[in-house]
Amino acid sequence: MRASLAALALVAGLAAAQADPALEKRVAGLAHELRCLVCQNQTLAESNAPLAVDLRNQIREQLQGGASEQDVLDFMVARYGDFVLYRPPFKATTLALWLGPFLLLALGIAVLVRRLLRRRAPGPQLSDAERARAARLLE
Amino acid sequence: MRLGWVVAAFAALVLLLGVGLTLNPREVPSPLIGKPAPAFELPLLHAPDKTFSQKDMLGKVWVLNVWASWCPPCLVEHPVITALAQSRLAPVVGLNYKDARNDALPWLKRNGNPYEFSAFDATGRIGIDYGVYGVPETYVIDRRGVIRYKHIGPLTPEVSRKKVQPLLRELAREG
Repeated sequence: MRASLAALALVAGLAAAQADPALEKRVAGLAHELRCLVCQNQTLAESNAPLAVDLRNQIREQLQGGASEQDVLDFMVARYGDFVLYRPPFKATTLALWLGPFLLLALGIAVLVRRLLRRRAPGPQLSDAERARAARLLE
Repeated sequence: MRLGWVVAAFAALVLLLGVGLTLNPREVPSPLIGKPAPAFELPLLHAPDKTFSQKDMLGKVWVLNVWASWCPPCLVEHPVITALAQSRLAPVVGLNYKDARNDALPWLKRNGNPYEFSAFDATGRIGIDYGVYGVPETYVIDRRGVIRYKHIGPLTPEVSRKKVQPLLRELAREG
């Protein structure tokens, strides 16, 4: 029963793909922006989990109904949270996520610069008497 | 002195990663907490000619449990849901998710039916509105129809005792 339904959905999906390539392109574009919540490191476009199939159909349905790309993204975020977006928004709770790498980079550069400066610092200066003594010793 | 810094940085890293290990990446914070339960009207699993809507529960504190006969973790949590229903703290309503009546009804007969009734969401469309992605899922909804808590995955006796039951008691007192 479920298998035949899935097959039907697949056939319907293929038929839709042939019917309207422009729509399918928009569906695929959105599916690449959204996370599959079942297999969390895949996008909706890559995943074949039943929920991913359902959500792709949902995207298609909404676009067909005249929704914009942003409408569909808002629909998904309202239900699954920011986590569903592969590109998380920039806001207070994601500050560390967005700025963390740059902070670490700045820290690394600061440490490096400090070390290089220290290495280049001239050694202890010799007085004239010491210079004369060194010259004598080297002769 | 320098060694101290290295050790401190290493310890901080270990602490950060250690905390990360104890978090469950499957527990996605639901944006639905504190929001009204999404509206729906679905046929009942046992009586296809009757329908259930979340509106029918306004004025009551209740538990919505998403389950399916094809979902092994649902069987694992079944005794916990049954105990929760028997505690009479709140009515437990089932949302039978992407299931077939021919599978779901015998499943309840075999394992016992703790639900007041189950709404039948054959296509999973209502599941999408509730942000369902890992059956079973459990929601606590207050008298005003607002979602107060969501648990993803099988409800454990511990979560039921430490989180769900105290919350149900507190919401019942809220009046």
